[in-house]
Amino acid sequence: MRDTDKTYRLEDQRETVYKVDPEHPETATLPLQRTEELLLNMGPQHPSTHGVLKVILELEGERLVKSTPVMGYLHRGVEKLAEEGTYHQFIPHTDRLDYVCAMYNNFAYCRAVEKLMNITVPERAEYLRTIVAEVQRIIGHQFWLGTQALDIGAMTVFFYTFRDREILLDWFDELCGARLTTSWYRIGGVERDLTPSLISKLRAFLDYFPPKIDEYQVFLEKNRIWLARTKGVAVISAEDALSFGLSGPTLRGSGVDYDLRKYSGGYAAYPKCEFNIPVGKNGDTYDRYWIRVMELYESVKIIRQCLEQMQEGPIMAEVPSVTLPPKNRVFTNLDSMIQQFKLFSQGFDAPPGEIYCGTEAHKGELGFYIVSTGGGKPYRLKIRSPSFIHMGAFDHMSRGYMIADAVTIFGTYDIVMGECDR
Amino acid sequence: MHPIAERIKHEFPEGFVDAVEWRGDLAVTVKRGAVHTIAEFLRRDPEIDCDYMVHVSSVDWPDDDERFEVVWEVASIRKRHRVRLKTRVPESDCQVDSLTDLWLGANFMEREVYDMMGIRFRNHPDLRRILMPDDYTEGYPLRKDFPLQGKGWRDTFEFLNEKA
Repeated sequence: MRDTDKTYRLEDQRETVYKVDPEHPETATLPLQRTEELLLNMGPQHPSTHGVLKVILELEGERLVKSTPVMGYLHRGVEKLAEEGTYHQFIPHTDRLDYVCAMYNNFAYCRAVEKLMNITVPERAEYLRTIVAEVQRIIGHQFWLGTQALDIGAMTVFFYTFRDREILLDWFDELCGARLTTSWYRIGGVERDLTPSLISKLRAFLDYFPPKIDEYQVFLEKNRIWLARTKGVAVISAEDALSFGLSGPTLRGSGVDYDLRKYSGGYAAYPKCEFNIPVGKNGDTYDRYWIRVMELYESVKIIRQCLEQMQEGPIMAEVPSVTLPPKNRVFTNLDSMIQQFKLFSQGFDAPPGEIYCGTEAHKGELGFYIVSTGGGKPYRLKIRSPSFIHMGAFDHMSRGYMIADAVTIFGTYDIVMGECDR
Repeated sequence: MHPIAERIKHEFPEGFVDAVEWRGDLAVTVKRGAVHTIAEFLRRDPEIDCDYMVHVSSVDWPDDDERFEVVWEVASIRKRHRVRLKTRVPESDCQVDSLTDLWLGANFMEREVYDMMGIRFRNHPDLRRILMPDDYTEGYPLRKDFPLQGKGWRDTFEFLNEKA
């Protein structure tokens, strides 16, 4: 629980208690008790930071007075690299942003470029995108649940979530040939369709999975340690959360119903599906946990509806000046080969202008701000990554809590440093 | 013109430069001196009520007189609209007012702009580099004149430059 009665100020703590008898100063003893702030470096090599992150903690006893995140250990200059390649060539770079959830990064980026180029994606492609994005959301939340519980000290959940995550990663492997760095989305559509084998495997998973979510909850909902370490920890009010720009479950935990999948009409096939957006009340770590677990059920619902509603049709928009030709045509048809070559060597001619497009990834609002001056390369590409913005609220949310809660707060943001440092 | 741009133009005829609406995004360019007042208006006005900081960004236009462009994108979750507030900053006097007192999230986002583009924010509580090392002295990476290929230990190897 946060110690709210005291205000934490470093200046007040530099007092030294001497025991001096004024009548007999020669008997003065050495300082018996001394209070001063303690600086503790947590990281950069710390298992709970999910990457390479250092936080300088100023402590009073075991209470956090101030924490200063030191970031940038994983900075690779992705925004600079984007300026040097064509729009298509940037898709594999987005995989490496949030490497736990590569599909959603691809999705967010492709959506931004489609907004810039004003391309409408065919309906089947929208359904495929939604299905795969929701599978990715399940993977992301499983990964989060396992590691957050592991950080807090409940190890069992980790094995259960990773067992089920493995099924979906193998499914990705069959879909696009990669488990983590997928690059399956394309500007204007998707790279390939779901095969009957993939659909039947996904249906089998949807039947298998909901009881497993109940199982995860059994381990945690009645676990006294879990409850003590999540309830009332890292509380943030809705007003502050908005002002900090938090998004995703971290914002919804504070009771703000902001989910881009439904907000302002939504995108892809989400408007055609029926699902709920779980919203918390207390803005604490437990509420954010609850939201993510409930989202697992909602994702299963969305995938089921998409599989039922999906009709046959093209999976790529027919805009030859922008979209890539199908691979089988590239190898058999000269025109398609030239089209592919030109798109990759020169890129397509984007209109001058600037757009911002945000997408609800499982961590929060992942946005791309693209400035184009015409030509095949973006003039400037800015990535609004939820992890980076959430780290901005770390000091605010950690003040007054115990040092062990710092680990909980890293976990509750679901930070991935690849995305944070870019 | 978009009603929000209309209101900004009406309330601040001095500070307003122009407004562009493209692909559904509203971008309002304002004068550098008026950024904070207009941002405060966007934040406090009950009809506009922008409570959410989306991102802070910057663009480098080396050929222009006022070289840098700083971009704040703010949104109102309740009123469902988004405004992009832009201003130009010359290289000779590379600073602009910080909006950290209006949106807490601007703290880290403006630090990133400072780190990457070298634009200083006045009244920022903690303006330090954030992604690059604290003692980095080789410039600002996202400026257009910053080389894509870095200078590192590898460049000190003489045999790499020898002609075979």
